[in-house]
Amino acid sequence: MVAALTRVFGVHNLALAEDVVQEAFCRALEVWRVRGAPQNPSAWLMATAKNCALDALRRERTARTFAPELGRLLQTEWTVAPLVEELFGTNAIKDDQLRMMFSCCHPRLSEEAQVALILHILCGFSVDEIASAFVSSHAAIEKRIARAKKALEKSKRLFDVAIAAEFTARLPAVHRALYLLFNEGYHGASPEAAVRVELCREAMRLTAMLLEHPLGTTSATYALAALMCLNASRLPARVDAAGNLSSLFDQDRSQWDQELVSEGLKLLELSATGSELTGYHIEAAIASIHACALRTEGTDWETIVSLYDTLMAIRPSPIVALNRAIAVAQNEGPERGLEEIRSITERDRLAAYPFYSAALGELEFRRGRRETAREHFRAALALARNPMERRFLDQRVSACEG
Amino acid sequence: MSEFTFLFRGRKTSWSPEELQKHYETWVAWFKELNAKGHIKDPGHPLENVGKVVQGKQKVVNDGPYAEAKDIVGGYMLIEADDLVHAVEISKGCPILEVGGSVEVRPVQKLNM
Repeated sequence: MVAALTRVFGVHNLALAEDVVQEAFCRALEVWRVRGAPQNPSAWLMATAKNCALDALRRERTARTFAPELGRLLQTEWTVAPLVEELFGTNAIKDDQLRMMFSCCHPRLSEEAQVALILHILCGFSVDEIASAFVSSHAAIEKRIARAKKALEKSKRLFDVAIAAEFTARLPAVHRALYLLFNEGYHGASPEAAVRVELCREAMRLTAMLLEHPLGTTSATYALAALMCLNASRLPARVDAAGNLSSLFDQDRSQWDQELVSEGLKLLELSATGSELTGYHIEAAIASIHACALRTEGTDWETIVSLYDTLMAIRPSPIVALNRAIAVAQNEGPERGLEEIRSITERDRLAAYPFYSAALGELEFRRGRRETAREHFRAALALARNPMERRFLDQRVSACEG
Repeated sequence: MSEFTFLFRGRKTSWSPEELQKHYETWVAWFKELNAKGHIKDPGHPLENVGKVVQGKQKVVNDGPYAEAKDIVGGYMLIEADDLVHAVEISKGCPILEVGGSVEVRPVQKLNM
Protein backbone atom coordinates (compact mmCIF):
# COMPACT_ATOMS: atom_id res chain seq x y z
CA MET A 1 0.00 0.00 0.00
CA VAL A 2 2.83 2.35 0.87
CA ALA A 3 4.43 1.41 -2.44
CA ALA A 4 1.29 2.38 -4.36
CA LEU A 5 0.88 5.59 -2.43
CA THR A 6 4.50 6.55 -2.94
CA ARG A 7 3.89 6.15 -6.63
CA VAL A 8 1.02 8.62 -6.26
CA PHE A 9 2.70 11.14 -3.99
CA GLY A 10 6.25 10.87 -5.23
CA VAL A 11 9.18 9.39 -3.37
CA HIS A 12 9.98 12.71 -1.70
CA ASN A 13 6.62 12.44 0.08
CA LEU A 14 7.29 9.01 1.57
CA ALA A 15 6.24 10.25 4.99
CA LEU A 16 2.91 11.45 3.62
CA ALA A 17 2.33 8.05 2.03
CA GLU A 18 2.93 6.38 5.37
CA ASP A 19 0.63 8.86 7.12
CA VAL A 20 -2.13 8.04 4.68
CA VAL A 21 -1.77 4.31 5.30
CA GLN A 22 -1.87 5.01 9.02
CA GLU A 23 -4.99 7.09 8.56
CA ALA A 24 -6.64 4.36 6.54
CA PHE A 25 -5.92 1.83 9.27
CA CYS A 26 -7.29 4.15 11.95
CA ARG A 27 -10.48 4.75 9.99
CA ALA A 28 -10.82 1.03 9.42
CA LEU A 29 -10.49 0.26 13.12
CA GLU A 30 -13.01 2.91 14.05
CA VAL A 31 -15.60 1.64 11.62
CA TRP A 32 -14.93 -2.03 12.28
CA ARG A 33 -15.33 -1.55 15.99
CA VAL A 34 -18.82 -0.18 15.46
CA ARG A 35 -20.02 -2.29 12.54
CA GLY A 36 -17.79 -5.33 12.76
CA ALA A 37 -15.12 -6.30 10.27
CA PRO A 38 -16.28 -6.51 6.64
CA GLN A 39 -16.17 -9.74 4.66
CA ASN A 40 -13.19 -8.66 2.63
CA PRO A 41 -11.05 -6.53 4.96
CA SER A 42 -8.16 -6.01 2.57
CA ALA A 43 -10.43 -4.72 -0.21
CA TRP A 44 -12.12 -2.46 2.29
CA LEU A 45 -8.78 -1.19 3.48
CA MET A 46 -7.62 -0.57 -0.07
CA ALA A 47 -10.75 1.43 -0.85
CA THR A 48 -10.29 3.46 2.33
CA ALA A 49 -6.65 4.12 1.51
CA LYS A 50 -7.74 5.28 -1.92
CA ASN A 51 -10.14 7.77 -0.38
CA CYS A 52 -7.57 8.95 2.14
CA ALA A 53 -5.13 9.42 -0.71
CA LEU A 54 -7.65 11.51 -2.63
CA ASP A 55 -8.30 13.63 0.45
CA ALA A 56 -4.59 14.15 0.97
CA LEU A 57 -4.08 15.06 -2.67
CA ARG A 58 -6.83 17.66 -2.53
CA ARG A 59 -5.71 19.01 0.82
CA GLU A 60 -2.05 19.26 -0.05
CA ARG A 61 -2.36 20.08 -3.71
CA THR A 62 -1.34 23.72 -3.32
CA ALA A 63 1.31 23.14 -0.68
CA ARG A 64 3.27 20.30 -2.24
CA THR A 65 4.38 18.85 -5.49
CA PHE A 66 3.62 15.20 -6.09
CA ALA A 67 5.14 12.54 -8.30
CA PRO A 68 6.72 14.66 -11.05
CA GLU A 69 5.69 12.38 -13.87
CA LEU A 70 2.05 12.57 -12.77
CA GLY A 71 2.11 16.05 -11.28
CA ARG A 72 -0.27 17.78 -13.65
CA LEU A 73 -2.76 14.95 -13.63
CA LEU A 74 -2.94 14.93 -9.84
CA GLN A 75 -3.50 18.66 -9.55
CA THR A 76 -6.80 18.75 -11.33
CA GLU A 77 -10.23 17.36 -10.65
CA TRP A 78 -10.42 16.38 -14.29
CA THR A 79 -8.23 13.40 -13.67
CA VAL A 80 -7.28 12.96 -10.02
CA ALA A 81 -10.01 10.50 -9.00
CA PRO A 82 -9.83 8.20 -12.03
CA LEU A 83 -6.03 8.31 -11.91
CA VAL A 84 -5.91 7.24 -8.27
CA GLU A 85 -8.38 4.50 -9.19
CA GLU A 86 -6.05 3.37 -11.94
CA LEU A 87 -2.96 3.48 -9.72
CA PHE A 88 -4.64 1.23 -7.18
CA GLY A 89 -5.43 -1.46 -9.71
CA THR A 90 -3.99 -4.92 -9.01
CA ASN A 91 -1.42 -4.80 -11.76
CA ALA A 92 -0.42 -1.27 -10.92
CA ILE A 93 0.20 -2.27 -7.30
CA LYS A 94 2.48 -5.08 -8.41
CA ASP A 95 4.42 -2.68 -10.61
CA ASP A 96 4.67 -0.28 -7.71
CA GLN A 97 6.13 -2.92 -5.43
CA LEU A 98 8.70 -3.76 -8.05
CA ARG A 99 9.47 -0.10 -8.56
CA MET A 100 9.83 0.35 -4.81
CA MET A 101 12.06 -2.68 -4.55
CA PHE A 102 14.41 -1.22 -7.14
CA SER A 103 14.23 2.20 -5.50
CA CYS A 104 15.22 0.70 -2.15
CA CYS A 105 18.34 -0.75 -3.75
CA HIS A 106 19.72 2.70 -4.44
CA PRO A 107 23.52 2.62 -4.83
CA ARG A 108 23.87 5.37 -2.25
CA LEU A 109 22.42 3.09 0.43
CA SER A 110 24.43 0.41 2.19
CA GLU A 111 23.30 -3.18 1.63
CA GLU A 112 22.07 -3.39 5.22
CA ALA A 113 20.02 -0.24 4.78
CA GLN A 114 18.57 -1.60 1.53
CA VAL A 115 17.43 -4.79 3.21
CA ALA A 116 16.01 -2.95 6.20
CA LEU A 117 14.12 -0.58 3.93
CA ILE A 118 12.68 -3.41 1.84
CA LEU A 119 11.51 -5.16 4.99
CA HIS A 120 9.95 -2.00 6.33
CA ILE A 121 8.27 -0.60 3.24
CA LEU A 122 7.54 -3.69 1.14
CA CYS A 123 7.04 -6.36 3.75
CA GLY A 124 5.41 -4.17 6.38
CA PHE A 125 7.78 -5.29 9.15
CA SER A 126 7.82 -3.11 12.24
CA VAL A 127 11.05 -1.57 13.48
CA ASP A 128 11.03 -4.06 16.36
CA GLU A 129 10.68 -7.04 14.06
CA ILE A 130 13.53 -5.83 11.89
CA ALA A 131 15.65 -5.14 14.96
CA SER A 132 15.09 -8.66 16.18
CA ALA A 133 15.84 -10.12 12.75
CA PHE A 134 19.16 -8.28 12.61
CA VAL A 135 19.96 -8.71 16.30
CA SER A 136 20.11 -4.96 16.63
CA SER A 137 18.49 -2.43 18.89
CA HIS A 138 15.24 -0.68 18.13
CA ALA A 139 17.01 2.69 18.14
CA ALA A 140 19.75 1.57 15.76
CA ILE A 141 17.29 0.18 13.22
CA GLU A 142 15.06 3.20 13.53
CA LYS A 143 18.02 5.42 12.76
CA ARG A 144 19.11 3.24 9.87
CA ILE A 145 15.63 3.31 8.32
CA ALA A 146 15.17 7.04 8.88
CA ARG A 147 18.50 7.79 7.23
CA ALA A 148 17.72 5.49 4.32
CA LYS A 149 14.33 7.09 3.82
CA LYS A 150 15.86 10.51 3.76
CA ALA A 151 18.34 9.38 1.12
CA LEU A 152 15.49 7.88 -0.87
CA GLU A 153 13.41 11.02 -0.60
CA LYS A 154 16.28 13.04 -1.97
CA SER A 155 16.38 10.92 -5.08
CA LYS A 156 13.24 12.83 -6.24
CA ARG A 157 11.66 10.15 -8.34
CA LEU A 158 10.99 6.48 -7.97
CA PHE A 159 13.00 4.08 -10.01
CA ASP A 160 11.49 3.63 -13.46
CA VAL A 161 11.26 -0.09 -14.15
CA ALA A 162 10.26 0.60 -17.74
CA ILE A 163 13.73 1.77 -18.71
CA ALA A 164 15.44 -1.46 -19.71
CA ALA A 165 19.02 -0.28 -19.34
CA GLU A 166 18.49 1.02 -15.79
CA PHE A 167 16.55 -2.07 -14.80
CA THR A 168 19.33 -4.34 -15.97
CA ALA A 169 21.99 -2.19 -14.32
CA ARG A 170 20.32 -2.29 -10.93
CA LEU A 171 19.12 -5.88 -11.05
CA PRO A 172 22.32 -7.31 -9.47
CA ALA A 173 21.89 -5.02 -6.45
CA VAL A 174 18.27 -6.19 -6.10
CA HIS A 175 19.41 -9.83 -6.33
CA ARG A 176 22.01 -9.17 -3.68
CA ALA A 177 19.51 -7.55 -1.31
CA LEU A 178 17.04 -10.41 -1.74
CA TYR A 179 19.85 -12.92 -1.25
CA LEU A 180 20.89 -11.22 1.99
CA LEU A 181 17.28 -11.07 3.10
CA PHE A 182 16.88 -14.79 2.53
CA ASN A 183 20.16 -15.66 4.23
CA GLU A 184 19.31 -13.49 7.18
CA GLY A 185 16.29 -15.71 7.60
CA TYR A 186 18.13 -18.94 6.89
CA HIS A 187 21.44 -18.59 8.71
CA GLY A 188 20.71 -15.37 10.52
CA ALA A 189 21.58 -14.63 14.05
CA SER A 190 18.08 -13.94 15.27
CA PRO A 191 17.10 -15.32 18.64
CA GLU A 192 13.54 -15.71 17.39
CA ALA A 193 13.06 -18.58 14.99
CA ALA A 194 9.61 -17.54 13.84
CA VAL A 195 10.76 -14.22 12.44
CA ARG A 196 13.44 -15.96 10.43
CA VAL A 197 11.15 -18.20 8.42
CA GLU A 198 9.12 -15.11 7.68
CA LEU A 199 12.21 -13.42 6.21
CA CYS A 200 12.81 -16.37 3.90
CA ARG A 201 9.19 -16.31 2.80
CA GLU A 202 9.29 -12.58 2.04
CA ALA A 203 12.53 -12.94 0.06
CA MET A 204 10.89 -15.71 -1.96
CA ARG A 205 7.75 -13.67 -2.56
CA LEU A 206 9.73 -10.69 -3.84
CA THR A 207 11.92 -12.89 -6.01
CA ALA A 208 8.82 -14.48 -7.52
CA MET A 209 7.57 -10.98 -8.28
CA LEU A 210 10.82 -10.27 -10.08
CA LEU A 211 10.19 -13.33 -12.22
CA GLU A 212 6.84 -11.92 -13.31
CA HIS A 213 8.51 -8.95 -14.98
CA PRO A 214 9.82 -9.56 -18.50
CA LEU A 215 13.11 -7.85 -17.72
CA GLY A 216 13.42 -9.70 -14.42
CA THR A 217 13.42 -13.20 -15.90
CA THR A 218 17.18 -13.46 -16.28
CA SER A 219 19.15 -16.61 -15.68
CA ALA A 220 20.53 -15.08 -12.47
CA THR A 221 17.01 -14.45 -11.11
CA TYR A 222 16.03 -18.04 -11.89
CA ALA A 223 19.18 -19.24 -10.15
CA LEU A 224 18.45 -17.10 -7.10
CA ALA A 225 14.87 -18.37 -6.96
CA ALA A 226 16.10 -21.95 -7.32
CA LEU A 227 18.61 -21.45 -4.51
CA MET A 228 15.89 -20.10 -2.23
CA CYS A 229 13.45 -22.94 -2.97
CA LEU A 230 16.07 -25.66 -2.53
CA ASN A 231 17.42 -24.25 0.71
CA ALA A 232 13.94 -23.47 2.02
CA SER A 233 12.93 -27.08 1.37
CA ARG A 234 15.17 -28.01 4.30
CA LEU A 235 13.68 -25.47 6.68
CA PRO A 236 11.13 -27.87 8.23
CA ALA A 237 13.99 -30.15 9.32
CA ARG A 238 16.41 -27.52 10.57
CA VAL A 239 14.82 -27.62 13.97
CA ASP A 240 13.98 -31.04 15.40
CA ALA A 241 10.93 -32.02 17.41
CA ALA A 242 12.58 -30.94 20.66
CA GLY A 243 13.22 -27.47 19.26
CA ASN A 244 16.93 -28.09 18.76
CA LEU A 245 18.99 -27.03 15.79
CA SER A 246 19.74 -29.97 13.55
CA SER A 247 22.77 -30.02 11.26
CA LEU A 248 22.50 -31.03 7.62
CA PHE A 249 24.09 -34.38 8.48
CA ASP A 250 21.57 -35.29 11.15
CA GLN A 251 18.39 -33.88 9.66
CA ASP A 252 15.33 -36.06 9.18
CA ARG A 253 15.34 -35.85 5.41
CA SER A 254 11.78 -37.16 5.13
CA GLN A 255 10.72 -33.77 6.46
CA TRP A 256 12.21 -31.88 3.55
CA ASP A 257 9.55 -30.13 1.53
CA GLN A 258 9.46 -32.10 -1.71
CA GLU A 259 7.24 -29.55 -3.42
CA LEU A 260 9.87 -26.88 -2.91
CA VAL A 261 12.56 -29.31 -4.06
CA SER A 262 10.84 -29.97 -7.39
CA GLU A 263 10.04 -26.28 -7.81
CA GLY A 264 13.70 -25.48 -7.13
CA LEU A 265 14.94 -28.07 -9.60
CA LYS A 266 12.61 -26.68 -12.24
CA LEU A 267 13.91 -23.17 -11.63
CA LEU A 268 17.49 -24.40 -11.72
CA GLU A 269 16.82 -25.87 -15.12
CA LEU A 270 15.38 -22.54 -16.29
CA SER A 271 18.48 -20.76 -15.01
CA ALA A 272 20.72 -22.78 -17.29
CA THR A 273 20.35 -20.47 -20.27
CA GLY A 274 22.78 -17.94 -21.65
CA SER A 275 26.43 -17.62 -20.77
CA GLU A 276 26.05 -15.95 -17.38
CA LEU A 277 27.27 -18.01 -14.45
CA THR A 278 26.66 -16.47 -11.05
CA GLY A 279 27.34 -17.50 -7.50
CA TYR A 280 23.61 -18.13 -7.23
CA HIS A 281 23.87 -20.78 -9.93
CA ILE A 282 26.62 -22.59 -8.06
CA GLU A 283 24.94 -22.35 -4.68
CA ALA A 284 21.68 -23.59 -6.17
CA ALA A 285 23.52 -26.49 -7.79
CA ILE A 286 25.09 -27.42 -4.45
CA ALA A 287 21.69 -27.21 -2.75
CA SER A 288 20.20 -29.41 -5.47
CA ILE A 289 22.75 -32.14 -4.78
CA HIS A 290 21.85 -32.10 -1.10
CA ALA A 291 18.17 -32.08 -1.96
CA CYS A 292 18.49 -35.15 -4.16
CA ALA A 293 20.53 -37.18 -1.66
CA LEU A 294 18.33 -39.45 0.43
CA ARG A 295 21.05 -39.89 3.05
CA THR A 296 24.16 -37.93 4.04
CA GLU A 297 26.31 -40.88 2.98
CA GLY A 298 24.65 -40.93 -0.42
CA THR A 299 25.65 -37.34 -1.15
CA ASP A 300 27.84 -36.73 -4.17
CA TRP A 301 30.56 -34.91 -2.23
CA GLU A 302 33.01 -34.96 -5.08
CA THR A 303 30.74 -32.83 -7.26
CA ILE A 304 30.04 -30.57 -4.32
CA VAL A 305 33.75 -29.98 -3.78
CA SER A 306 34.23 -29.10 -7.44
CA LEU A 307 31.25 -26.74 -7.31
CA TYR A 308 32.83 -25.04 -4.31
CA ASP A 309 36.03 -24.74 -6.36
CA THR A 310 34.07 -22.85 -9.01
CA LEU A 311 32.39 -20.71 -6.36
CA MET A 312 35.80 -19.85 -4.90
CA ALA A 313 36.88 -18.77 -8.38
CA ILE A 314 33.97 -16.39 -8.98
CA ARG A 315 33.09 -15.29 -5.45
CA PRO A 316 35.83 -16.20 -2.99
CA SER A 317 35.20 -15.78 0.73
CA PRO A 318 36.46 -17.47 3.89
CA ILE A 319 32.99 -18.90 4.53
CA VAL A 320 32.85 -20.49 1.09
CA ALA A 321 36.33 -21.89 1.74
CA LEU A 322 35.17 -23.30 5.07
CA ASN A 323 32.16 -24.99 3.50
CA ARG A 324 34.44 -26.38 0.82
CA ALA A 325 36.75 -27.80 3.48
CA ILE A 326 33.80 -29.49 5.18
CA ALA A 327 32.81 -31.08 1.87
CA VAL A 328 36.40 -32.26 1.37
CA ALA A 329 36.30 -33.83 4.81
CA GLN A 330 33.11 -35.71 3.87
CA ASN A 331 34.80 -37.00 0.77
CA GLU A 332 38.36 -37.68 1.92
CA GLY A 333 38.19 -37.84 5.70
CA PRO A 334 38.56 -35.39 8.60
CA GLU A 335 42.36 -35.04 8.30
CA ARG A 336 42.12 -33.71 4.78
CA GLY A 337 39.31 -31.39 5.91
CA LEU A 338 41.44 -29.96 8.71
CA GLU A 339 44.30 -29.46 6.27
CA GLU A 340 41.99 -27.51 3.99
CA ILE A 341 40.74 -25.37 6.86
CA ARG A 342 44.30 -24.60 7.91
CA SER A 343 45.11 -23.42 4.41
CA ILE A 344 42.23 -20.92 4.23
CA THR A 345 43.58 -17.47 3.61
CA GLU A 346 42.03 -14.76 5.73
CA ARG A 347 41.19 -17.45 8.28
CA ASP A 348 41.20 -14.79 10.99
CA ARG A 349 38.04 -13.30 9.49
CA LEU A 350 36.21 -16.45 10.59
CA ALA A 351 37.27 -16.05 14.20
CA ALA A 352 33.93 -14.61 15.32
CA TYR A 353 31.85 -17.10 13.36
CA PRO A 354 30.69 -19.86 15.75
CA PHE A 355 30.48 -22.49 13.04
CA TYR A 356 34.15 -22.12 12.21
CA SER A 357 35.16 -23.38 15.65
CA ALA A 358 32.29 -25.86 15.52
CA ALA A 359 33.60 -27.27 12.23
CA LEU A 360 37.09 -27.69 13.71
CA GLY A 361 35.52 -29.40 16.70
CA GLU A 362 33.47 -31.73 14.52
CA LEU A 363 36.48 -32.85 12.47
CA GLU A 364 38.71 -33.33 15.51
CA PHE A 365 35.88 -35.31 17.11
CA ARG A 366 35.66 -37.56 14.07
CA ARG A 367 39.30 -38.42 14.16
CA GLY A 368 38.97 -39.25 17.82
CA ARG A 369 40.72 -36.30 19.43
CA ARG A 370 37.92 -35.55 21.85
CA GLU A 371 39.91 -33.27 24.12
CA THR A 372 40.82 -30.88 21.26
CA ALA A 373 37.30 -31.15 19.88
CA ARG A 374 35.85 -30.10 23.20
CA GLU A 375 38.05 -27.00 23.30
CA HIS A 376 36.82 -25.99 19.85
CA PHE A 377 33.18 -26.56 20.76
CA ARG A 378 33.69 -24.52 23.92
CA ALA A 379 35.12 -21.67 21.84
CA ALA A 380 32.12 -21.92 19.50
CA LEU A 381 29.75 -21.93 22.45
CA ALA A 382 31.19 -18.63 23.63
CA LEU A 383 30.34 -17.12 20.26
CA ALA A 384 26.83 -18.56 19.95
CA ARG A 385 24.30 -15.93 18.93
CA ASN A 386 21.05 -17.41 20.20
CA PRO A 387 19.71 -20.05 22.59
CA MET A 388 19.27 -22.57 19.81
CA GLU A 389 22.89 -22.36 18.75
CA ARG A 390 23.92 -22.51 22.40
CA ARG A 391 21.90 -25.67 23.03
CA PHE A 392 23.28 -27.27 19.89
CA LEU A 393 26.90 -26.56 20.82
CA ASP A 394 26.31 -27.47 24.44
CA GLN A 395 25.31 -30.94 23.30
CA ARG A 396 28.45 -31.24 21.19
CA VAL A 397 30.59 -30.32 24.19
CA SER A 398 28.82 -32.99 26.24
CA ALA A 399 29.29 -35.53 23.47
CA CYS A 400 33.05 -35.00 23.71
CA GLU A 401 32.95 -35.72 27.40
CA GLY A 402 30.71 -38.76 27.13
CA MET B 1 4.29 29.24 -28.08
CA SER B 2 1.03 30.94 -27.22
CA GLU B 3 -1.55 30.26 -24.60
CA PHE B 4 -5.10 29.23 -25.29
CA THR B 5 -8.07 28.53 -23.09
CA PHE B 6 -10.29 25.57 -23.76
CA LEU B 7 -13.85 26.07 -22.54
CA PHE B 8 -15.79 22.84 -22.37
CA ARG B 9 -19.54 22.91 -22.83
CA GLY B 10 -22.42 20.50 -22.83
CA ARG B 11 -21.46 17.68 -20.57
CA LYS B 12 -23.78 14.74 -20.72
CA THR B 13 -25.67 14.60 -17.44
CA SER B 14 -27.15 11.12 -17.08
CA TRP B 15 -24.56 8.40 -16.83
CA SER B 16 -24.49 4.85 -15.67
CA PRO B 17 -21.57 4.25 -13.29
CA GLU B 18 -19.77 2.15 -15.92
CA GLU B 19 -20.24 4.83 -18.58
CA LEU B 20 -18.92 7.46 -16.23
CA GLN B 21 -15.90 5.34 -15.33
CA LYS B 22 -15.14 4.76 -18.99
CA HIS B 23 -15.60 8.42 -19.80
CA TYR B 24 -13.20 9.45 -17.02
CA GLU B 25 -10.65 7.02 -18.33
CA THR B 26 -10.75 8.70 -21.72
CA TRP B 27 -10.15 12.05 -20.00
CA VAL B 28 -7.16 10.61 -18.15
CA ALA B 29 -5.78 9.22 -21.39
CA TRP B 30 -6.25 12.55 -23.15
CA PHE B 31 -4.63 14.47 -20.28
CA LYS B 32 -1.72 12.08 -20.23
CA GLU B 33 -1.18 12.59 -23.92
CA LEU B 34 -1.32 16.40 -23.67
CA ASN B 35 0.88 16.35 -20.59
CA ALA B 36 3.48 14.18 -22.29
CA LYS B 37 3.59 16.56 -25.24
CA GLY B 38 3.93 19.54 -22.90
CA HIS B 39 0.71 21.21 -24.00
CA ILE B 40 -0.84 21.69 -20.57
CA LYS B 41 -0.16 25.11 -19.08
CA ASP B 42 -2.75 24.75 -16.35
CA PRO B 43 -4.99 21.70 -16.18
CA GLY B 44 -7.91 23.72 -14.78
CA HIS B 45 -10.91 21.96 -13.27
CA PRO B 46 -14.35 20.71 -14.21
CA LEU B 47 -17.15 22.92 -12.87
CA GLU B 48 -20.43 22.10 -11.17
CA ASN B 49 -23.59 22.84 -13.12
CA VAL B 50 -24.96 25.17 -10.44
CA GLY B 51 -23.82 28.60 -9.32
CA LYS B 52 -24.76 32.27 -9.03
CA VAL B 53 -24.50 35.12 -11.49
CA VAL B 54 -23.66 38.57 -10.20
CA GLN B 55 -24.69 41.40 -12.52
CA GLY B 56 -24.57 45.18 -12.89
CA LYS B 57 -23.63 48.05 -10.68
CA GLN B 58 -26.34 46.97 -8.28
CA LYS B 59 -24.58 43.62 -8.05
CA VAL B 60 -27.79 41.70 -8.44
CA VAL B 61 -27.32 38.06 -7.58
CA ASN B 62 -29.24 35.46 -9.54
CA ASP B 63 -29.20 31.70 -9.65
CA GLY B 64 -27.31 30.67 -12.66
CA PRO B 65 -25.90 30.05 -15.07
CA TYR B 66 -29.26 30.32 -16.80
CA ALA B 67 -28.25 29.04 -20.20
CA GLU B 68 -29.45 25.71 -21.51
CA ALA B 69 -27.50 22.66 -20.41
CA LYS B 70 -25.59 22.56 -23.66
CA ASP B 71 -24.41 26.14 -23.17
CA ILE B 72 -23.15 25.80 -19.64
CA VAL B 73 -19.39 25.92 -19.30
CA GLY B 74 -18.53 22.60 -17.70
CA GLY B 75 -14.84 23.19 -17.21
CA TYR B 76 -11.72 24.88 -18.48
CA MET B 77 -8.03 24.37 -19.03
CA LEU B 78 -5.09 26.39 -20.25
CA ILE B 79 -2.93 24.96 -22.97
CA GLU B 80 0.12 25.96 -24.96
CA ALA B 81 0.18 25.69 -28.73
CA ASP B 82 1.99 27.22 -31.71
CA ASP B 83 -1.08 29.09 -32.98
CA LEU B 84 -4.86 28.93 -33.12
CA VAL B 85 -4.81 26.27 -35.85
CA HIS B 86 -2.57 24.10 -33.72
CA ALA B 87 -4.71 24.68 -30.62
CA VAL B 88 -7.84 23.68 -32.54
CA GLU B 89 -6.07 20.55 -33.73
CA ILE B 90 -5.23 19.67 -30.12
CA SER B 91 -8.83 20.25 -29.00
CA LYS B 92 -10.08 17.63 -31.45
CA GLY B 93 -8.87 14.88 -29.11
CA CYS B 94 -11.14 16.04 -26.31
CA PRO B 95 -13.46 13.28 -25.03
CA ILE B 96 -16.31 15.76 -24.58
CA LEU B 97 -16.76 15.78 -28.36
CA GLU B 98 -17.70 12.11 -28.17
CA VAL B 99 -20.64 12.84 -25.85
CA GLY B 100 -22.26 15.75 -27.66
CA GLY B 101 -20.26 18.56 -26.08
CA SER B 102 -18.12 21.30 -27.58
CA VAL B 103 -14.74 22.91 -27.02
CA GLU B 104 -14.37 26.63 -27.41
CA VAL B 105 -10.79 27.55 -28.21
CA ARG B 106 -9.79 31.09 -27.23
CA PRO B 107 -6.36 32.68 -27.44
CA VAL B 108 -5.31 34.26 -24.15
CA GLN B 109 -4.93 37.99 -24.56
CA LYS B 110 -1.67 39.38 -23.30
CA LEU B 111 -1.95 42.92 -22.00
CA ASN B 112 1.16 44.99 -22.45
CA MET B 113 1.14 47.17 -19.43
